[in-house]
Amino acid sequence: MKQLECPVNGLRDISEFQYLGPRRSTRSDDPDTVVAHVFFAENPLGPMVEWWRHRPSNTVFLAERHTVTDQVLRTWLPTSPET
Amino acid sequence: MPFALLRYGLSKGHRPFRDIPATPDLKRSYDVVIIGGGGHGLAAAWYLSNQHGIRSVAVLEKGYLAGGNTARNTTTIRSNYLTSESIRFYREAVSLYESMSEDLGFNVMFSQRGQLTLAHSDATMRSFHLRAEMGKLAGARIEVVDAQTVRELCPHLHMDEGGLHEVLGGLWHADGGTARHDAVAWGYARGAAAKGVEIHQRTTVTAIRSTGDRVTEIETNRGTIRAGQVIQATGGLNGQVAELAGIRLPIRCFPLQAMVTQPLKPFLDILLSSANLHTYLVQSSRGEIVIGGGSDPYQLASTRSSFDQKVHLAQGALHLFPFLHNVKLLRQWAGITDMTPDYSPIMGASPLSNYWLDAGWGTWGFKATPVAGKYMAECVATGKVPDIIAPFALTRFDRFALLNEMGATAASH
Repeated sequence: MKQLECPVNGLRDISEFQYLGPRRSTRSDDPDTVVAHVFFAENPLGPMVEWWRHRPSNTVFLAERHTVTDQVLRTWLPTSPET
Repeated sequence: MPFALLRYGLSKGHRPFRDIPATPDLKRSYDVVIIGGGGHGLAAAWYLSNQHGIRSVAVLEKGYLAGGNTARNTTTIRSNYLTSESIRFYREAVSLYESMSEDLGFNVMFSQRGQLTLAHSDATMRSFHLRAEMGKLAGARIEVVDAQTVRELCPHLHMDEGGLHEVLGGLWHADGGTARHDAVAWGYARGAAAKGVEIHQRTTVTAIRSTGDRVTEIETNRGTIRAGQVIQATGGLNGQVAELAGIRLPIRCFPLQAMVTQPLKPFLDILLSSANLHTYLVQSSRGEIVIGGGSDPYQLASTRSSFDQKVHLAQGALHLFPFLHNVKLLRQWAGITDMTPDYSPIMGASPLSNYWLDAGWGTWGFKATPVAGKYMAECVATGKVPDIIAPFALTRFDRFALLNEMGATAASH
């Protein structure tokens, strides 16, 4: 992956983006999942939904990316409905 | 040995000899099954067969022997860590390397040339004092040195006086060294095979079946086998293999990239690293400069290289040795590192009573090959986790008892 599609700014060079890690299925304010939330992050072989930030425009968005082939499947803003 | 060599030299009809026997057919059952035929798994097999007399052992390797992270690491052996638990453990690793060639009867080309980590800021110097004192407490040879001593240890280094990355001093670790990674794996494999250990290459584990809290069967692409005890040591795929056994590990995969240059005359006789520049260099015995180690900035389970990381590593190397500017790169590669939250490994017991973990080795696994093998074998042979690896248990995350070694890694994360 050398370019990433920002939902606001379009296709931009990967060096403009910051990786913010996988979208978590656990919550930090739930005592039953706090350990999982802090230490046991998502790490699939395959498609994964994750947070990214376009640094110059400070656009935080979601991307679905395949963690073996490094192909980005789709990107969208957290405010827009997930398609 | 010299007479045998002489006889061999004078004899006719030389036959090639294989150090490692060809893959046999799978039996239906083994006392111990080791998943992963890299350095760690083979070392465990060697200790089981040579020290504990357990010979019904099968090592299952998905690809070819030691072709994963054992082949892809940059062979740094050191014990200059931050916590007393880690220093004690890695110090034994270094001492096992010191006698490894003799113990195995196989030349692993261990070269204890010392490791120097550079400080380019006062803050780094202060953290080095902490690491030096922690190391001295544990009996390792670690000291903080000034810029003049750095110049003497590494005369060709660009000190960048007055520049952005001026070398203010360093952490000198006289016990640090390097060894040939393939030879380490082959030495253990040969020694284990000689005692009856079966090494199954191109054998992928596809399912792990358990009854109650015990693993009973392991399904592979070549048939299903029963196992008395299981050791998992599968490098970058530790998270996924553990999931086959129903165990969740706190691991995220990142590729770590490295590269080597064309061979040059010897000019760098120490291991050199710079945490600020996220670069470390060592000159191999062939003269190539091995340059490591940049991690990709996002999770990925692929061994592809990227141009960005090559540029980054080249910039670091050129900053330290500007005269390398015309040198050509011969090879580049990446390994999938299984990173844990606290940059320490996960060793010992798992939620299953006969399944033992040797995982989470991230970017720091090669140096621990002998010591991890030794204590993983002890786990299996005695059924108990030895005291020295108890702090690295998987349960430490539930107890929030982390062993934070993030500041002691040379690679960029």
